[in-house]
Amino acid sequence: MSDRSKLTFWLLLAPLLIWLLTLIILPHVGMFLVSLREKVGVREYETGFANYAVFFNEPLYWNTFARTAYMSIAATLLTLLIGFPIAYYIAKLTRGRSKTTLFLMCLIPFWVSELVRTFGWMILLRETGVFSNLLQYVGLASGPVEMLYNDAAIMTGLVYTSMLFMVVPLVTTLDSLDDSLIEAGYDLGASGFAILREIVIPHAMPGIVSGCIVVFMLSLGNYLTPILLGGKDSLWFTGLIYSQFITRFNWELGSAFGFLLLGLSSLIVFVGLKLSRQSLGKTMAQ
Amino acid sequence: MITGIPQSAGFRWAYKAYVTLFFIYLALPLATVCVFAFNNSVFPSLPWEGFTWAWFFGTEAPYIGVFHERPILRSIVTSGVVAFWVSLLAVFVGTCNAFLFVRHEFRGKGFLYILMLLPLIIPGIILGISILVFSSSVANFLEDATGLWFDGLRPGLILVILGQFSFITTFATLVISARLQKFDPSLEEAALNLGATRWGAVRAVTLPFLFPAMAAAGVVAVLMSFENFNTTLMLVGSDAPLTITMFDRLKLGSTPVLNAVSLLLIVVSALLGLASLLLQKRKD
Repeated sequence: MSDRSKLTFWLLLAPLLIWLLTLIILPHVGMFLVSLREKVGVREYETGFANYAVFFNEPLYWNTFARTAYMSIAATLLTLLIGFPIAYYIAKLTRGRSKTTLFLMCLIPFWVSELVRTFGWMILLRETGVFSNLLQYVGLASGPVEMLYNDAAIMTGLVYTSMLFMVVPLVTTLDSLDDSLIEAGYDLGASGFAILREIVIPHAMPGIVSGCIVVFMLSLGNYLTPILLGGKDSLWFTGLIYSQFITRFNWELGSAFGFLLLGLSSLIVFVGLKLSRQSLGKTMAQ
Repeated sequence: MITGIPQSAGFRWAYKAYVTLFFIYLALPLATVCVFAFNNSVFPSLPWEGFTWAWFFGTEAPYIGVFHERPILRSIVTSGVVAFWVSLLAVFVGTCNAFLFVRHEFRGKGFLYILMLLPLIIPGIILGISILVFSSSVANFLEDATGLWFDGLRPGLILVILGQFSFITTFATLVISARLQKFDPSLEEAALNLGATRWGAVRAVTLPFLFPAMAAAGVVAVLMSFENFNTTLMLVGSDAPLTITMFDRLKLGSTPVLNAVSLLLIVVSALLGLASLLLQKRKD
């Protein structure tokens, strides 16, 4: 390398290193150190795992953690179930202009702020909302029906918010499946279900895995949807982190919570990638 | 498109119905938000009290429209300022990263690439608190050491900009790298043969080629910055961007003025989104 291109290399490397070090690596190291701090007096600290012990000894905390995890898993599976037929329809049963239009119609809601989408669901679901009025009008309900502030509302919001991140990778992988394989399956007498199981799903597996990983991560780290649609008792782990930081001002415990959430999220990503033998780069590029 | 597969008419019909229902489900919340922006009532809910523009242009309480509602206008400006800086920084660093990863081979490249992707898998709220904790400890340290105040490191607009920049840069890098990979290096070599300097060739040949991707990355950055909530929530100070202001209003109970803001947001984000797609698809 000449001196000139060495200089170029370092000039290009510098912004990357500054960005990653000051905004990603050091803050996370710092947060981990804070999570190990035990408050013993005013501005007096000891190092230890007490904050993590608090988490495991307090049922409310780890119950919320577990609940967040399994609700996120449920949201992921639901998104996959609802999204798969749509992705198949877009990829295999339409073409040309109508394909582009349907795909765009999937995209547009997700360019809009999550806050606006959640607000929409609040107007639809609340006691004075559209659905409640509709039910009364049709005569299926005698009084106002509150559909907000329960787990089903949270689930509706999570699935809605994550749909795009499932449909896009599925459409991409299904697009690359050669139609003649499906037709050959039919010609050889396979049933629709057998073709789905033997041809379509195995081919779509990379898309399914990357979609599931992203949707799970987004649900786990979601704050708006559970808080606004689930109300005060939504018991979402990000809500606990927020209250430790902002209302209780207990940054030590909040950091420990943050690390646990980050750990779970990374673990799932890691396991997902290992199971599907994919690399992070490839999955995220989809 | 698959043709010539035997399927019962009933199945086809049911499938079509399902797809239709799905798109209704997608459109329903947004359509509802938009419709109630025109309801002549102080609550964004039924019954329908008639059509009005008051939630956009109204000047008399309680019918104060978006364009006369100071706190909301101020937060839109704040969001705009944040989005501008985030987008500028993210496109600059993203372009540098693209050149680094596409043009250079060096030890630890794969590792750095993975590190570069990490912000995608860190939940936004964690990114927010880690930056909050870190900047506060740096501020405490500096203040103890020097006796001066370092307000820039306390929750506020600078931290919001840095927090959003920290993950939006990854998207900018991916978009710009994808285009740089398609660049034919012989074009640059031709410029060099014709007597251009290295930087001159990059500026005259490569950057114009990259421009659509840089613009697309900039638009995406503005869009993501404008609607970011999780990271911003943890870093916000007294000047709240639009999403935070709307969230606070929403918790208190809302008037259709929020619907009007949302309608404007929907229109603007759809236009920006389409613009970014067109920029990325542009052939040359």
